[in-house]
Amino acid sequence: MAAPIAPPPTVPRTAPDTNRYLLDREKFLGPIMLLPAVIYIVALVGVPLVIAIAYAFSDVTVGDQSIDWVGLKNFRNSWGNAAFQKALKNSLIFTFVTQALVMILGNILALVLASDFKGKRLVRFLILLPWATPVALVAVGWWWIFSPPYSALDYILREIGALGPGGWWSNDNNAYWLALPDRAQFSVVLVQVWRVLPLATVILLAGLTAIPQDVREAANLDGAGYMRQLVWIRLPLLAPIMLVAFLFGTVFVFSDMIIVYIMTRGQPNDATQVIPHLAFMRGVQSGDLASGASVAVFLFPVLAGVAALMLRTARRAETS
Amino acid sequence: MATVETRKLTKEFTGHAGEGVFAVNGIDLAIKDGEFMVLLGPSGCGKTTLLRMIGGLEHPTSGDILIGDHIVNDLPPRARSIAMVFQSYALYPHLNVYNNIAFPLRAAKMPREEQKKQIEWAAGILGIEELLKRKPRQLSGGQRQRVALARAIVRHPNVFLLDEPLSNLDAQRRASARDELQQFQRRIGTTTIYVTHDQVEAMGMGDRIAVIDKGSIRQIGTPEEIYDEPADTFVATFLGSPPMNLVKRDDEILGFRPEHFFPASQAGSTDDLVPLQFTPLREEYLGAERLVYGDVDGVRAIARFPSTTHLEIEAGHKVDFAVRRQHLKRFDIETGLRRYGAG
Repeated sequence: MAAPIAPPPTVPRTAPDTNRYLLDREKFLGPIMLLPAVIYIVALVGVPLVIAIAYAFSDVTVGDQSIDWVGLKNFRNSWGNAAFQKALKNSLIFTFVTQALVMILGNILALVLASDFKGKRLVRFLILLPWATPVALVAVGWWWIFSPPYSALDYILREIGALGPGGWWSNDNNAYWLALPDRAQFSVVLVQVWRVLPLATVILLAGLTAIPQDVREAANLDGAGYMRQLVWIRLPLLAPIMLVAFLFGTVFVFSDMIIVYIMTRGQPNDATQVIPHLAFMRGVQSGDLASGASVAVFLFPVLAGVAALMLRTARRAETS
Repeated sequence: MATVETRKLTKEFTGHAGEGVFAVNGIDLAIKDGEFMVLLGPSGCGKTTLLRMIGGLEHPTSGDILIGDHIVNDLPPRARSIAMVFQSYALYPHLNVYNNIAFPLRAAKMPREEQKKQIEWAAGILGIEELLKRKPRQLSGGQRQRVALARAIVRHPNVFLLDEPLSNLDAQRRASARDELQQFQRRIGTTTIYVTHDQVEAMGMGDRIAVIDKGSIRQIGTPEEIYDEPADTFVATFLGSPPMNLVKRDDEILGFRPEHFFPASQAGSTDDLVPLQFTPLREEYLGAERLVYGDVDGVRAIARFPSTTHLEIEAGHKVDFAVRRQHLKRFDIETGLRRYGAG
């Protein structure tokens, strides 16, 4: 029925050049792309980890760097040491209390930020700022807020009549946030919460927005009010993401020494001493590398456990 | 059970340039108690927005929504006693089938024993008793759809809203689901509003069809009325596969269905024939039927025959074809609206 069509012009054909397609081969390209990451991890994580473990079983110091095997002596010494016991307890309590607060506050913040209001972007940006600030600056800033004689917090408390002669909380001019054991612990936890909360909020916010809109609309039509939707739909669907935020926060708080180092040096009387800071004091400041390493190795089981949990969560997310 | 009515219902969104865009533009619709009403239209015509306003998921810009003669404009979705089945089914992924169906009952604070009875009743009607312990991700598309329906009927709502519930099923499953869904609605007798862009679903299931385009209703009627007596050229070409042929003649447009277009030589009586010159170009054999593509007065037209009809047509040669007068629909050339009366 149709008019005949002219045949297409012929194209000269040559044998394909196999070397040109080398980068298309996964067996060739894969190892090349992975190599930098592998080198990085082995050199900067693997080797130091092995050295730390080797040090922990030796008597090495800054002065005598020969590694002589001493078995579990360093661990026994640490374990029986009051400062170490306090540090271990503090590390666990600080981490747990921080994460509990971060989960509650992070969920509230994420729910607020997930709703639509004017200036949402600006508020989100401001909430993320603490996360973008270097930890050392954070600690110095908070040190100024807490420490007399310039404590900004004490100034505010004096102005509202809580501190100072005749104050309804205390007659002192300062609250000595970092000098009294319980207040120092409170201060450290507060700063950790302030620092970790933004990341948790952003992770939870992403999780909230990932809940399909029609699932929430279905709950709405099914007669569920705000609280029922929150408890039965939103929070259960958010649980896997909450675990991710929790694990990240745990690693950050458990392994952090900078806030304690700058604000309290673990004082007063080891009330704010934590494992990473104790390891730093022993190993680097006192020069007893072996003892410091043995303290630091106590971080390992907790962090390895967290890492394993993280991998499991990631695999679940992949398969479901 | 309830009637549903919309009065001058309008929804205006703000476009990219800040201009107003009417998703729904002054729709008046009255749905009878127990009726199966289909909202049919191309994607983006506003049918889903209309449905969502009835459900309370969107707030109308102006106009009223009445359910059972009460204005519900300012009632939240949960207070409207409406159940909706979403295109994605929107099952709660972390709850098993039993708890998915129980969710609306728990929200209504029904006693546990009563819940159990209702869930067993709903599961029985939809034949999903075996699936109650499974999670949604362990179900096939058809099973998910049944669970979504069970969740919808379990609390005996006044109105069902269905938003393209069959579009996630494969073609074979869709045909049987269509049948099941219609029988199910007849048995339950609940007023149902069903949104689709699929004319087969609309024709096959609806008591009445509202054809919607660009936010306005073009025609409301039974499937027969919509197909046989289209109100304008949009309805004429949107329904029917292949669509109605439209041919310009003098100052109007003539419309006729492909199945009413045949060689004049095959007509028994000739007194009510309107002759048309048809130039066939191409033939399509579809098993049960045969489509002949060609043109009339330079406009594309299609004729449709049962494959049992013997045809001697040569491509490119004019043939005398005809349409019976009662099958010829006349439309205004300017507005596309139907012209009724003698002519």
